[in-house]
Amino acid sequence: MEKLPNKILFILGVFLAAAFSLAPFLWFVSAAFKDQTQITAIPPEWLPSFSVEAFSSAVTHHGIFHYLWNSVIVAGGATLVTILLGALAGYALARLSRSWAQIILMGILACAMFPQIAIVGPVWRFLKFMGWLNTYQGLILPYVALTLPLAIWILAVFFREMPEELESAALVDGCTRLGSLVRVIIPLSAPGLFTAAILTFIYAWNEFFLALLIMTDPARQTMPVGIALFQGEHTIPWGEIAAASLITTAPLIFMVLLFQRRIVTGLSAGAIKG
Amino acid sequence: MIRKDQHFYLALLLPAIIVLLLFIAAPIINSFFLSFHRIIIGLPQLKTPFVALDNYLQLLKDPIARHSFFITIIFVALTTFFELLIGLFLALLIHHRFPGRGALRACVLIPWAIPTVVSAQMWRYLFNDAYGVINYMIFGASTNSYIPWLALSTTALSSIIIADIWKTSSFAALLILAGLQVIPEELYQAAKVDGAIAWQRFRHVTWPLIRPALLIALLFRTIDAFRVFDLAFVMTQGGPADATNVLQLYGYKKMFVEGWMGYGSAVSVCIFIIVLVIAVAYVRMVGRRLLEANV
Repeated sequence: MEKLPNKILFILGVFLAAAFSLAPFLWFVSAAFKDQTQITAIPPEWLPSFSVEAFSSAVTHHGIFHYLWNSVIVAGGATLVTILLGALAGYALARLSRSWAQIILMGILACAMFPQIAIVGPVWRFLKFMGWLNTYQGLILPYVALTLPLAIWILAVFFREMPEELESAALVDGCTRLGSLVRVIIPLSAPGLFTAAILTFIYAWNEFFLALLIMTDPARQTMPVGIALFQGEHTIPWGEIAAASLITTAPLIFMVLLFQRRIVTGLSAGAIKG
Repeated sequence: MIRKDQHFYLALLLPAIIVLLLFIAAPIINSFFLSFHRIIIGLPQLKTPFVALDNYLQLLKDPIARHSFFITIIFVALTTFFELLIGLFLALLIHHRFPGRGALRACVLIPWAIPTVVSAQMWRYLFNDAYGVINYMIFGASTNSYIPWLALSTTALSSIIIADIWKTSSFAALLILAGLQVIPEELYQAAKVDGAIAWQRFRHVTWPLIRPALLIALLFRTIDAFRVFDLAFVMTQGGPADATNVLQLYGYKKMFVEGWMGYGSAVSVCIFIIVLVIAVAYVRMVGRRLLEANV
């Protein structure tokens, strides 16, 4: 950074990185504000006409809100259950004797490594047997299983940094074991819970493979399935696809902008710190 | 006082363990079991006879499976290599303290945060054969020479590889960044005092110290790249002529499109074993770090 050429190279690198990350996406979502002739124009029209036709068509003809609602229920439900189970398990692992906790954490980490294809056949048969295909719980439960490892990992690391004296004090004051967890530990660990919740939510919101298999009824499909299977009558309805993509992505972009620091630490805690 | 009640802790662990056993451990074991049977969805009257290794023998003979394996390896090797390279570049930039650092970090996170399905549709749009901006940038307005990137067997796989590199380089960057952040600043100061230029500081301070983080990012990305499905499903449906029929897509088609649950299970067991070998290396490495740090 000390010399001018280095500084110029650095600034160039920053712009390159920003363009690499943003330009393709911005170009794509600008199609949401264009009409069909603008979308297919060569040379491309760089400035959209800001028509909202694509959005209204996505809502009225393709029932986008319907998919959105399913996504909210599935991702929200999965996040709630994962955080509840993950907090209990993470706390237990933080306080169990080291040797046991390590073996169990290794097993849980191993669960996060598997390709989904290795579980999907039997999971599908199990859900069919239970009559849970095309139900919310049928998708929420596998999502809980797939997101639990990272959530437990993040929370176990977080709880470990809390001194055991906290619970001891609560016990002396007449709390039960569970009471000391719920009234003392959980409120103090809001940041850790929040980090795990964001990552769980993003995973469940974006997941496609299992959603495609389990939700075959369009009435229950989530946004990613809706976007992947988008059909037009004659041409590919790029405006509508881009509009639906923007609606799906908007909450995620807000999360990234507001909580980027948490996301970065949460992911690296899961992968590296252990 | 607290050490005594291990039972309490086991009770807290139980719900999570049950979900993991039911939806991950049991299905994996069950997949092994299914792969030794002939099971056809939609024809339950044929029952599910035990066929020993028939599915595996058939899999070995299937040229589509071999081709699928081959292109998946190419996909994994190329995406992992470029993602680590670009990830390292991004991580070094973000690690630097400068006024726009937070904004750059947010930008870099966006490809990671958006759904893979959205990025797949995005690249399908950019690669479009009649009005895609990539064709325009290469060939200008001469639409006659435009290339149908996703419809040619020579370019379809590369297109998906590019889409994956764009989507996941930022994740590699985050893992590498975590490694950069544990390097003590004093080392750089000392190197500066000794007169090391930027490149020498990278080569002799940064590089040896981020190698563990790079190795973890490498294994992590390798494992994840084997699961590629969404991009191929949306962008090419595995075509043209199986040019992008990656392993997970191949297994999915056998199982859920053609209904060969037993044969598809044999495919998934093979993918599982490949990933397991890589995962064991990963877990052992993280495990060693755990012991070293004595967390």
